Amino acid sequence: MIRVQTEDFDVGREVEALTKDRPGIGAVCVFVGLVRDVATGEATCAMTLEHYPKMTTKELERIEAEARSRWPLAEVLVIHRHGRLELGDRIVLVAVASAHRAAALEACEFLIDWLKTQAPFWKQEETASGPRWVDAVASDDARAARWTKKKDRPS
Amino acid sequence: MKIVYFAWLRERTGLTEEDVAPPATVKDVGGLVTWLATRSDGHARAFAVPGQIRAAVNQEYASLDHPVAAGDEVAFFPPVTGG
Repeated sequence: MIRVQTEDFDVGREVEALTKDRPGIGAVCVFVGLVRDVATGEATCAMTLEHYPKMTTKELERIEAEARSRWPLAEVLVIHRHGRLELGDRIVLVAVASAHRAAALEACEFLIDWLKTQAPFWKQEETASGPRWVDAVASDDARAARWTKKKDRPS
Repeated sequence: MKIVYFAWLRERTGLTEEDVAPPATVKDVGGLVTWLATRSDGHARAFAVPGQIRAAVNQEYASLDHPVAAGDEVAFFPPVTGG
């Protein structure tokens, strides 16, 4: 399930809803991304996330489908916020539920790695010297590429 | 053809979107970039470094040789930084 929203989310409540009345779920892996103080070398107190609404949900659904094709998953939930967010605010939630932990752990990492390089969001930080667009970093591409290589490997 | 801009491409062109009718010689994303860059000083600044620009045609990521046609929605934006 994909949700793109400006509002905050409650991690505990989301996990509870994901696993409610699902006795076959034995593992949930959760990733939460936060606005941190120094992202690109200069102190940041807030940022604004812009996205491409007509494409975002489609792209996130594609990433979810890719994860489901690679691992036996019971539930997938991705919540991505947009708009203005302040230091410490939650930006993104990836929650993956499966019968056993390996699938949940691996799929969760895959989802956030792919989301970072595929989902059409752009961050603009507020810094002392003015607003600044965050540049994509090669290390994110490298992390995402690891999963491309793993694609042909039997799971 | 509808062109939509995000992040600093939106800022530099001063536009969130525009409807354009490129000449018949514009057949793909690369050709469209070259043509759009001539529309204003802001467009020229936005498209100055092609390596920093990504595109989507009808909400699907597209490379420079991807064909474009009347009725398409073509988006231009920097590499994504979500998550």
